[in-house]
Amino acid sequence: MSTRKLRKRRVDRGIHVRTRGLYALSSYREMAYLLAPRLFLLVGLLGLPPALDLYGQRVLCAAAVFAMPALAFDFLAEYVGLVCLGGALFIGFGGYAAGFLNARLGLSPVLTIPLGTLAGACLSTLVILPCLRLRGVYFAMVTFMIPLFARHVIVALGLLGSTEGITGLDTLPDPLIEIYVILAAVLASLFALRRLVNEDLGLILRGIKENDQAVAASGISILRYRVLAVFIASCIGCFAGAYLAHLYGWLGLSLFAMDFSILPIAAAVMGGTGTLAGPVVGAFLLTSLSEALRGFGQLRVVLYCLVLLAFILYKPEGLLKVLERKYQQFERREEV
Amino acid sequence: MESVLVYGTINSIIFALNAIGFSLVYGVSRVPNFAHGSIYVLAGFVAWSLVNDLGLPYPLAVAIALAFSAVIGWGIHRLVLRRLRGLPTSEIIASFAVGLIILEGLRLQGIGGFKGFIGPNYVLKPFVDGKIEVLGVFVDSQRLLVVGVGLVLAPVLWAFTHHTRLGLSLRAVAQDEQAAMMLGVHSDRSALIAMVLGSALAGLAAVLVLPLGNVTCEVGYQVLIYALAVCIVGGLGNWAGTVLASFLLGFAMKVSTHWFGAVWESVVLVGTIILVLLVKPSGLLGKQKELEERV
Repeated sequence: MSTRKLRKRRVDRGIHVRTRGLYALSSYREMAYLLAPRLFLLVGLLGLPPALDLYGQRVLCAAAVFAMPALAFDFLAEYVGLVCLGGALFIGFGGYAAGFLNARLGLSPVLTIPLGTLAGACLSTLVILPCLRLRGVYFAMVTFMIPLFARHVIVALGLLGSTEGITGLDTLPDPLIEIYVILAAVLASLFALRRLVNEDLGLILRGIKENDQAVAASGISILRYRVLAVFIASCIGCFAGAYLAHLYGWLGLSLFAMDFSILPIAAAVMGGTGTLAGPVVGAFLLTSLSEALRGFGQLRVVLYCLVLLAFILYKPEGLLKVLERKYQQFERREEV
Repeated sequence: MESVLVYGTINSIIFALNAIGFSLVYGVSRVPNFAHGSIYVLAGFVAWSLVNDLGLPYPLAVAIALAFSAVIGWGIHRLVLRRLRGLPTSEIIASFAVGLIILEGLRLQGIGGFKGFIGPNYVLKPFVDGKIEVLGVFVDSQRLLVVGVGLVLAPVLWAFTHHTRLGLSLRAVAQDEQAAMMLGVHSDRSALIAMVLGSALAGLAAVLVLPLGNVTCEVGYQVLIYALAVCIVGGLGNWAGTVLASFLLGFAMKVSTHWFGAVWESVVLVGTIILVLLVKPSGLLGKQKELEERV
């Protein structure tokens, strides 16, 4: 009995090889090949809002809000080696900081969103600081606890409206402005992070992830760079929180809800960890999916977790890396 | 004053019971079982359903609930964790996801006539009724039972991990997997055993402690947080550290409740954890090896 065995062989597309070096500039076709995926994301996101109705725009806003902590999670987990299970802490601190500035000090959203982002990021970094010397599992465990404890502390001390929260925050003037603010923020942080991880700073951070002893031996303070990385990630997450408080004109304990911790992680795993663009794509897909299944209510979190498990078990590389491979290589079957 | 002493001790032992299963699983397989709290709550709900829906006698229901939690632990290892061995980040995320699926899934309503475990109706009966006076403070018998089981369980588990063949092989895998495998210890199987044992311990803690209050899904998060807190303060997989941390946190909570009021409980708990992390990042009884992997 003879069995014909086939195996899959992947070969780089010619155009992919040609566009690796300076030859990318040799023709418009090559340049278009390089630009197409980036432009697709840019034009797709920026061109979508006017085509949608108000409900669709709201969903897009929510998706963009989730994309920010997803980016922060991916950056921290894949480039710094800190797995942060409590993404809600960024949303919560950012939202509360912006809400406090707006409701108690009466500043306008133009000021409260950036100031709230900075204040929230400082606060988050300060809270994470004691556990920054911990590694891997321990860091994950402490960050998982922070948002849950934050709720207890807010209720216990009766801070900022305690269990009821604060209503009647100023909202942004126009739905289109609302949506473009967050979309611009998502795209800006995405491209900024992609640049950052290839700079010297990114190299040090990745070094810390791979082998922190070696980095320390080179005379570089691990703690200082970890603080910096956490601050960068906090800024991204806290912006989403500050924006969210003004989007709904309301802040409360649900800013620390489990949704904000689990959806970004699910989005990052679904889109492909380590790609930075993957979490953004994942957040948009996952939010639309959960919107389509809105009737299930509480099932949302379960749904995110199921998607997360399915991807982590059966497609751990994530959607974006699969697409990237299809874009760069072709496959054929050949006999062994 | 006496009440702080008595209830502080009881509280500490409850802490230790919650943390012991989590600590065991991590100590052996290096997997932080974030589904710990869900297994705990699940065991409580299974016991409740068996008693109230099927009318089974109480001891039988408890036994089935324990077996059930062990089976859940087996399932989690078999279906999820085993496929992710050696990928720490994925292990953390996956066990977290499994825990959330169980906890949030318990709240689902309306699928197959399932009512969802929401609200204050779910109360497990105590094993033993009545009150006994200890040091001039009245303590109900269920709490004494918890203390008794805790006092028996801790030395038994210590003896199991230090003086039986199986326990020693489990620790061997934890310390050096390669060397243990060379000596014929099946590392996957010991991870499975640890997971089953840890889940059964979570179930045991559930049926013992849950009769003291309501069974709700929030309890799952609470238990997980407390278990994590104990392990971080004490040092994971370290028996003496776990016990010491349980007593530190248990007493810190009761003392703050007694003198400042119940709302300060969680604030003091956070404060204690942060203080320990700042002063000694390796945990109270962290050793050199643990220091290496933590800091």
